[in-house]
Amino acid sequence: MTKHALTTRLWHWVNAIAIIVLFMTGLNISNAHRHLYWGHYGFDPKDAWLDVIRFPGWATIPGHYHLALARDWHITMAWPFGIGVLFIWVAMLWNGHFRRDLMTAPMDWTPGAVIASLKAHSGPGGHAHGYNPVQKILYGGVFGVLLPMMLLTGLAISPGVAGFAPWLVDVFGGRQSARSLHFIAAWGIFGFFVIHIVLALTDWRLILEMFTGGKRPAAEPAPPQPEPIPVTDEGAPAHG
Amino acid sequence: MVDLPRRSLLAGIAALGASACSKINDSEAAHGLFKAAEDGHRTLHRALAGKQGLAKEFRPDQRSPTFRGNGSVTVADPFYQDQLAKGFPDWKLEVRGLVEKPLALSLAEVKALPQRTQITRHDCVEGWSAIGEWQGVQLGDLLDQAKVKEQAKFIVFRCADTLYGRDYYESIDMVDAYHPQTIIAHSLNGEPLPEKNGAPLRMRIERQLGYKQAKYVKAIEAVTSFAEIGQGGGGFWEDVAGYQWYAGV
Repeated sequence: MTKHALTTRLWHWVNAIAIIVLFMTGLNISNAHRHLYWGHYGFDPKDAWLDVIRFPGWATIPGHYHLALARDWHITMAWPFGIGVLFIWVAMLWNGHFRRDLMTAPMDWTPGAVIASLKAHSGPGGHAHGYNPVQKILYGGVFGVLLPMMLLTGLAISPGVAGFAPWLVDVFGGRQSARSLHFIAAWGIFGFFVIHIVLALTDWRLILEMFTGGKRPAAEPAPPQPEPIPVTDEGAPAHG
Repeated sequence: MVDLPRRSLLAGIAALGASACSKINDSEAAHGLFKAAEDGHRTLHRALAGKQGLAKEFRPDQRSPTFRGNGSVTVADPFYQDQLAKGFPDWKLEVRGLVEKPLALSLAEVKALPQRTQITRHDCVEGWSAIGEWQGVQLGDLLDQAKVKEQAKFIVFRCADTLYGRDYYESIDMVDAYHPQTIIAHSLNGEPLPEKNGAPLRMRIERQLGYKQAKYVKAIEAVTSFAEIGQGGGGFWEDVAGYQWYAGV
């Protein structure tokens, strides 16, 4: 059995490309109106809760301010991203990846569990046995909160979607709130992205395994089993 | 050195990204892809909203205290300025093109027709929003009065303002033209439209972004195609900057 299912690997790389393009075009779009508001409306910078910096060309796609082209890319990559989030959730629930690796138990949230995870992870052979509580919480937060929030706030900002799902805009407290949350979630994903890349670079085999699938490490030694009762048939020699 | 392959891999990916992007942006394939994505959004929105699904309407106390003017906020034309000062007594709204009965209505005639009032949110492509109460005539009513012909596929709005030396115009399809909230508004928050918001008449197309909401409207034209109008993009910003014709995203 491979460490990473084919569905996980496929989604991982399609999503990687999608979120890089979405993030960098998003920064270009942010430059069009660099103020964030709460509520249904907002256009006056003095009502803003945050004045955003102007993102430099090296951080944006395209590399100069071009709202139309940035939106073209953003709107296009929203398709693989959005369909991908649905796809990976269905796949994770279907193949048990979620239940096995991401679902946390109450004991995973204790400070002791977190400290133990960090200690074990920094030592040699730290990633031998599945996901530790910190990984479960971080990945769970990305899959359960950040990615869906990114998708749903993005939909809520679109006036066409607001035409058939006004409740979605109201759930976030209005269009400008949805736009603010879209921005916050984007930086949340960026933060995860940085940690993810730094940790992956500590061992190039981890990256390779995301292409090949890798091999699932041998499970922990099975607990001792009770002696099997020899099954013998009359006349047949026991154990050959 | 374990470092090397991974660094060169990353550098390779970065370089590929950078050069690919500048090439991809201008290619035919990219434009085809963008168009497909835009059409996909429109098709999905229409399928989920139905043709008549309404944009949210707000309570009077939810309006923004003011309503921002953007893009053209003034019209240079001396006739326009003279009319603005006098309250538009000689302003005419034409309904023309593929119609059996072309119309030329004065502002008083427009106000005498059945009215619709709606408090809606205006979303600019830049990201900001404002909420105001609009009053005006449903475009569908006007098109019925003018007996729009079967072969009309799009409605083009001709405007009095110019930007970068070009006439502003916009266009929508017949689904949006006959949407109940698509009105030609003459009032904002109970007052005649201010100049910055498009006096004397502007469009409200509530399920699309602000640049579709043509201001200073002089004429409404029914056409089969907008390929021959302007540069063929279907609107001023579509022509000048490459904005999406379907502005529902």
